[in-house]
Amino acid sequence: MSAAAPLPVAALGIARLRLAIVLVVLAAWEALSASGLLFRDVIPSLLKIGAALGKLLASADFYGNLGVTAGEISVALLIGGTAGLAVGIALGANRFLSQAFESLLLYLGPTPKIIFFPVMIMWFGVGPGSKVAMGVLSCFFPVAISAAAGMRQIDRVLIRVGRSFRATTWQMVTKIYLHAMREPIINGVRLGLGVAIVGTLLAETKLSNRGLGYLVIQAYALFDMPKMYALVIVLFVLSIGVNVAIGRLGRGVGTK
Amino acid sequence: MRLKDWARSRNGARAVGVTATVAFFVLVEALIRAGLVNQFIVPLPSQIIASIPRIIAEEHVLDRFLQTMQEVLWASVMIAVVGISIGVLFFKFRGLRLACESWVGAMAAAPIVLLYPLFLVIFGRSATTIVMIGFVAGLAPVILKTIEGLAGTRAVLLNVGRSFKVTPSQQFWKILLPAALPSVFVGLRLGLIFAMINIVGVEFLINFGGLGQLINELAERYDLPGTYGAIGFVILTSMLFFDVTARIERWLRPVE
Repeated sequence: MSAAAPLPVAALGIARLRLAIVLVVLAAWEALSASGLLFRDVIPSLLKIGAALGKLLASADFYGNLGVTAGEISVALLIGGTAGLAVGIALGANRFLSQAFESLLLYLGPTPKIIFFPVMIMWFGVGPGSKVAMGVLSCFFPVAISAAAGMRQIDRVLIRVGRSFRATTWQMVTKIYLHAMREPIINGVRLGLGVAIVGTLLAETKLSNRGLGYLVIQAYALFDMPKMYALVIVLFVLSIGVNVAIGRLGRGVGTK
Repeated sequence: MRLKDWARSRNGARAVGVTATVAFFVLVEALIRAGLVNQFIVPLPSQIIASIPRIIAEEHVLDRFLQTMQEVLWASVMIAVVGISIGVLFFKFRGLRLACESWVGAMAAAPIVLLYPLFLVIFGRSATTIVMIGFVAGLAPVILKTIEGLAGTRAVLLNVGRSFKVTPSQQFWKILLPAALPSVFVGLRLGLIFAMINIVGVEFLINFGGLGQLINELAERYDLPGTYGAIGFVILTSMLFFDVTARIERWLRPVE
């Protein structure tokens, strides 16, 4: 096997190749839908999915539920992000604290947060509070870990300059730390937002009567497959879109 | 070593971390016993510890642990085989890589676990659904890291191979793959962590399988100490999994 062999489709161009792949996938989907190999409507035709998507985007109910989910995620990101940032800065600034407590963050970070949902229901009830709490719990860890790592990467000269001017802790945080660690913070927020979306939506699918997660599980319960596919498409586009937007924002901020 | 010096050392910091964690649980116990925290929401830590032998014996925790691990194992095998194969394919055909790599990156950021109602429809409420979610969730990092590892092979190694007139197959098995192995394993480790998080999460959500189902069942029975104990068991399992994979990754990393 040769390293990076010249591709046989170079002339076709990447855009054309992408288009070809998309067309092949869509044709395969349509063929599978028409084949009858799977139960009826498990793989609905693209026309049905398109119609369901149009209907979904035209309904006021969808936007109401989108607003609920977006509100829960925003509050979760605000609380979890702020708490994560504060803990990350404290751990990154103090070697002793880092050695004492950072392993807890690193170990708890990769645990599946949805298992805490029964506890969150007991603490915050079955309403939006428990969903926000799930989002907070999910996004706290990536933001804190990223902020702690970012703190350790700050140029020591900047810190010494701040200290030589006898800056207070608050001034050090707002004038030096936050400016010097923009990129790690934005990366942490990006990761945190991704997991906050997942945590909140999963909680909505488990126990809720509002939000996009609730709509998905309702579509499943009613076996309205075209609507479920439409919702999944919308969720994926929104999640990936927000992720890309924050990434671009980070690059924009970083270049200023 | 004086006590003050020891307290500032790495071991001293760790001891402080452990002591602070234990002190936190002692404080929670005291607050509950004093009636300041409702014990019908937060059970006594001593009750949680006492519940562990009970849930191990009566709820067959070890069997459930093995069931979850079996699902993780199946997902891991599929992730390794399919992920590495796709990575190698993308490396070999550069056009395909340029066309699809950003899609794989987007897939890594996508909330795959939200597809679980869709997988339920296709595969039913079974272990297959859980394994497939774990597989899909863990695939993207393996593909990306395999490409990165193969593409990062040092030119001098490839030139040595060429000077020995190795066949393409020999070049792959004797040079490219060993050189890419550390990076591939980083991807595998990330993939396995994603798979495990999603597998336990989906077990909880669909109330089927091993440890995730146990938490759901205990919560539905309002067995608070048992629920907290089972959550602790999942956290311990995640920590163990995280630690073992990190050690294997360090072992595989080349000495710098």
